[in-house]
Amino acid sequence: MATVLSGAPAIESADRRTFLRRMLSNRRTSVAGAFLLLIAIVTLFARLIAPYDYRDIVGKPLTSASVLGIDDFGRDVLSRLLVGLQVSLGVALSAVLVAAVIGVALGLVAGYVGRWASTIIMRGIDVLLSFPPIVLAIAVVAIMGPALVNVVLVIGVLYIPRFTRIVYTQVLAIRNLEYVEASKIMGARPAGILVGTILPNVAAPIIVQLSLSVSFAIQMEAGLSFLGLGAQPPLPSLGTMVGSGRDFLEVQPTLLLYPSVLIILVVLALNVFGDGIRDLLDPRRRGTN
Amino acid sequence: MRRFLAKRFAQAILQLLLVGTIVFFLVRLIPGDPARAVLGDAATDEQIAATRAAMHLEEPFFSQFVGFWTRLFQGDLGTSLISGRPVMQDLPSRIGNSLELVLIALAISLVIGIALGRIAATRADKPADHALVAGSIFGISLPVFVIGTLLLLVFAFFIPILPPRRFASPFEDPLAHLQILILPVATLTAASCAVVTRMTRASMLETLNADYVRTARAKGLVEKHVINRHALRTALLAVVSATTVELTTLIGSTVLVETIFGWPGMSSLLMNAVGQRDYPVIQAVVLAAATIVILVNLVGDLVARALDPRAEDN
Repeated sequence: MATVLSGAPAIESADRRTFLRRMLSNRRTSVAGAFLLLIAIVTLFARLIAPYDYRDIVGKPLTSASVLGIDDFGRDVLSRLLVGLQVSLGVALSAVLVAAVIGVALGLVAGYVGRWASTIIMRGIDVLLSFPPIVLAIAVVAIMGPALVNVVLVIGVLYIPRFTRIVYTQVLAIRNLEYVEASKIMGARPAGILVGTILPNVAAPIIVQLSLSVSFAIQMEAGLSFLGLGAQPPLPSLGTMVGSGRDFLEVQPTLLLYPSVLIILVVLALNVFGDGIRDLLDPRRRGTN
Repeated sequence: MRRFLAKRFAQAILQLLLVGTIVFFLVRLIPGDPARAVLGDAATDEQIAATRAAMHLEEPFFSQFVGFWTRLFQGDLGTSLISGRPVMQDLPSRIGNSLELVLIALAISLVIGIALGRIAATRADKPADHALVAGSIFGISLPVFVIGTLLLLVFAFFIPILPPRRFASPFEDPLAHLQILILPVATLTAASCAVVTRMTRASMLETLNADYVRTARAKGLVEKHVINRHALRTALLAVVSATTVELTTLIGSTVLVETIFGWPGMSSLLMNAVGQRDYPVIQAVVLAAATIVILVNLVGDLVARALDPRAEDN
C-alpha cells in the first residue's frame, strides 16, 4: 500500500512535466501563455510602472504630450491604461474565483449526492441560465449600485453555471468508478471523497473553464463599465476608457483605440491559451485545432 | 416523444415561474427605501408615499407577491414610474425592434458560419483551415462594444457612407431603415459568425471521422454528397443546439449594440430605465428577455429532438 501511495505523486509530476513540455512545444499556446504572463506582471505592478498617478492632471487635454497621449481631463493615458487593466483584470479574476468556488462545490454535490440535491441544484442552474447574462447584470448592478464589489458578485453568480455543469457531468461519469468505490470502502467520508478523490480527477476541465471564463468576465466587466455601471470615475477600467473615448472619436481616436486593442489582445490570448490547454488535456481534440 | 414534450414543457413552465419570482425579488435588493431611491433625497414625503403606492410597497409582503403574479397573468407588466405609461404600451414594439436585429444577425451568421465551418473542416490542417481557425478565434475575442464602436468610428467618420444614429421606421422609410440596420447587424454578426464557424468545424471534424461516413465513402459516393448529405447534416444537429445558446448571447449583446447605435429596442428601454431608476420597467425588460430565452431554448430542444434520428431510441 505504501509503495502505491508513494508512487502516485511521482507519476503525477512526470505527467505534469510532459504536459508542460507539450504546452511549450505548441507555439500558439506558449506565445499566448508568455503574453499572459507579461500582462500578469504588468497588472501586478501597474501602479509602480505607471509614470503618473491615474488621477493627476499632467498636461494640456487631448494632446500627444505623453507617451500615449493626454486624455480629455489632462490625465496621462498610459498610466490610466495600466491602472484600467489592473481594475478590469482584478474584477474578472475575482468574479471567476467566486464562480469557480461556488460552481465547483455545487457541481460536486449535485453529481455525487444525486437525487434531490441534483434536481434542486441543476434546476437552479437552469433558471440562472434563463437570463441573458448582461441583462441580469445590468439590472442587479443598477439596483444594488454601481460598485465594483457588486460587479464582481453579479458576474461571479452569473458564471456559476459554467462550472457547475461541467463538474456535474464529470462527477456523474466517475462517481461509480473503482477508485471512488475503493475510497468509500476504505472508510473515507463523503467530503473527503469529493475533495480528495473526485476533485483532482475533474480538475482538467475546470482549468480550461477558468481560462475561458476569465476571458468572458473581462468582456462582461468592460461591457458594464462601458455602459457606466462598472468602475466609477475617476477610477479607470478598460471598458470605461472605451466608453469615454467614444466622445472624442474625431479629435483623438487613440483614446478609443488603445483600450480597445488592449482588451482584444488580452481576451484573444486567454482564448488561445484556453483552447490550447483544452486540446492538450483532451486526447480526442489533439490536432483538431 | 409525448413524454419528452410533457417533461420539456413542464420544465419551461417551472423556469418561467422561478424567473418571475426572481424578478419580483429584484426590486427588494435595493438598499433602503426603493421609493426614495427612485426620487432622490430632495423628494417630499407626499411624493415618496405616492411612489410607494405605485410600486405596491405599502401592501403586506405576501399580497405584493400575489398581486405581482395576478397582474402578470393579466398581461400587466407594471407602469413606468417616470412616464406613467403601462410598460406593455412600449415593450412589444421594442422587443420587435431588438428581435429584428438579433434574427437578421443570426440568419447571416448561420449562412456564413456554416459555409466557412464546412470549408475549414474539409480542408483540415491546410492553410484555409488555419486562416479560418485564426479568424474565428479572433472573432470571438472581439467584444461587441469594441466592434460596434470601431465600426461607428470607421463608417461614420472616416468613410461616411452610412448615416449614424438616426432611426427610421421600416414602414415609413424602408430604405433608410435598411441603411441604419447595416452597422448594428454587422456588429452582432461578426462575433456570432465566428462562433458558428467554430462549432460547425468542430462538429464536422467529428462526423467526418465517423464510421458511417467511412461507409458512405466505401460505397463509392461522390465526396460532395458524402460531405453535404452525411457529414454536414449530422454536424448541423450540434449547430442547432449551439444556435439556441448563441441567440441568448445575441439578445444580451443588443444592450451594447442598441446603446452604441441608438437603436430603439428592448435593451435601450432597459438602459433608459436604469438611468432613471424606473424599476418597474427594469423588471419588465428582464422578465421579457428571460422569457424569450426560455422559449428559444424550448424551441431549440424541440427542433434538435425532431431532427435527431437517434432521439427516439434514447
